[in-house]
Amino acid sequence: MSSTLVLPGEAIPLPSSSKSIILGPGIAASSSRTRTSPSDDASSSSSTPAIIATRLGVLSSAKGKEKSEQFWVEGNSKRYIPAQKDMVLGTIIARHAEGYRVDLGSAQMASLEALAFEGATKRSKPNLKVGTLVYARVSLANRDMEPEVECFDPNTGKAEGFGELKGGLMITCSLQLCRQLLTPKFPLLPTLAASIPFEIAVGLNGRVWFKAGTVSETVTLKRIVEGVDNGDIGAEKGDVEQAIKDFLA
Amino acid sequence: MVREIEPPSVQKEFLLAALAESRRLDGRLPLEMRKVDYIFGEELGCVECRLGKTAVLAQVTATIAKPRDDRPYEGFLLINSEIGPMASSVYESGRASDDEVMITRLLEKSIRRTEAVDREALCIIAGEKVWHLRLTLHFLSDSGNLLDCAAMAGMAALRHFRKPEVEVIGDEVIIHSPDERAPVPLAIHHTPLCLTFAYYENLQPILDPIHLEATLCAGTLTLTLNAQREICVLSKAGGTPLAADEIMGVVRVGVERVREMVKHLEEELEKDKSTRVVEVR
Repeated sequence: MSSTLVLPGEAIPLPSSSKSIILGPGIAASSSRTRTSPSDDASSSSSTPAIIATRLGVLSSAKGKEKSEQFWVEGNSKRYIPAQKDMVLGTIIARHAEGYRVDLGSAQMASLEALAFEGATKRSKPNLKVGTLVYARVSLANRDMEPEVECFDPNTGKAEGFGELKGGLMITCSLQLCRQLLTPKFPLLPTLAASIPFEIAVGLNGRVWFKAGTVSETVTLKRIVEGVDNGDIGAEKGDVEQAIKDFLA
Repeated sequence: MVREIEPPSVQKEFLLAALAESRRLDGRLPLEMRKVDYIFGEELGCVECRLGKTAVLAQVTATIAKPRDDRPYEGFLLINSEIGPMASSVYESGRASDDEVMITRLLEKSIRRTEAVDREALCIIAGEKVWHLRLTLHFLSDSGNLLDCAAMAGMAALRHFRKPEVEVIGDEVIIHSPDERAPVPLAIHHTPLCLTFAYYENLQPILDPIHLEATLCAGTLTLTLNAQREICVLSKAGGTPLAADEIMGVVRVGVERVREMVKHLEEELEKDKSTRVVEVR
């Protein structure tokens, strides 16, 4: 893992080895050409489009399949931009004849088809009320187009945990924390789970839903996740355990 | 964005279930306020007040103007409270939302109409020159209860502000710069502060609602009180009807809270005063 801070518009130094490179979020090919310094104008990069960062953050990389290398920019933001295959939490805000409109917290509303649920047919469609919270996956996300979400895995036809969320509490937090919660190495969730049993759904759009046995446990979870997000509580095991003790008392 | 999107229905169910157990989402007691922080600016009369994540910056400036003909001894106090999209994306600049109108009116009532600032003390030459004070409130972040935060910031700024000393020799007015002569604080009669309570059906009221609590409540009640146990303003704009003894209950709680808040404000002002050199002579 490298730790180079990049600014939007900055050219990204990619390794010149021959293996394939996968560009992730926050990196894009620029329409303008690289302005190479006079010392290396002999290199071929003057004719290829520049690879630039599109947001502020730390340039991160990981080894992918078949010797490929993945690059992305890890930054923090609060406004969600839909991307395909992201798992998100949305609120149903309107019903249509053939689907629903869902608020993801992004600039545009997303659409959710009534048939995009497990076992849904034209005869038996799920009946969701306005205000229902759903866990869904972004199936289509293009610039200039309304995003689409679905509540099942189109390959298996199964719900895979997606669908309506009943009870519990939803909180909003930074997008970075949501991504961290989904990485297996992040210690917060295992530490919380050791003392409080709960169900959780992490949306990559800055929303986290959870449901614990009692109100006080749920409030404790909310305060800890928000505290970690603000930096008031450390994400390490000892800090979190201390916070659980304080808040549950 | 014109209208705010309603929170999902699970939020309301959870909030009401929690309140039924006398618990709030941030771990507070029903009648507990969030922690109040004052951040004093470099200039006198510039104070930022933070109430949890809600933040309001208040700035007082003074100019000399001609008084109104019918009130030759009175200075002016103008409160400028425009809520822009910086506070939250639901506020549009240039078009006042209902919340903004409500906040502006209540601030006007609680700070200006309660005569918190002695306007006759702003007179320099009767009928000719008076001080014109301008209290500008910048709403930096809205996480619920902007009004209480704005009132605290406004009163803190007015008490923090000092106007330059003036000397009148015959018809001539000399304004001494702060380096020459120490500026003088404003004559403040009392410190009215707002307290907002939110009501839910068949549940006890809560103090200082956060954004989610305020959107889901059945009605709010705002009290403006001072440390002398006087009710300056009582505002109940719509919502569920309340019985007289319910109102008396919150007033009793409010009197105690406001006394603590004014004490805290005075301590903070004193702390700030010890860090700066105002008296030159």
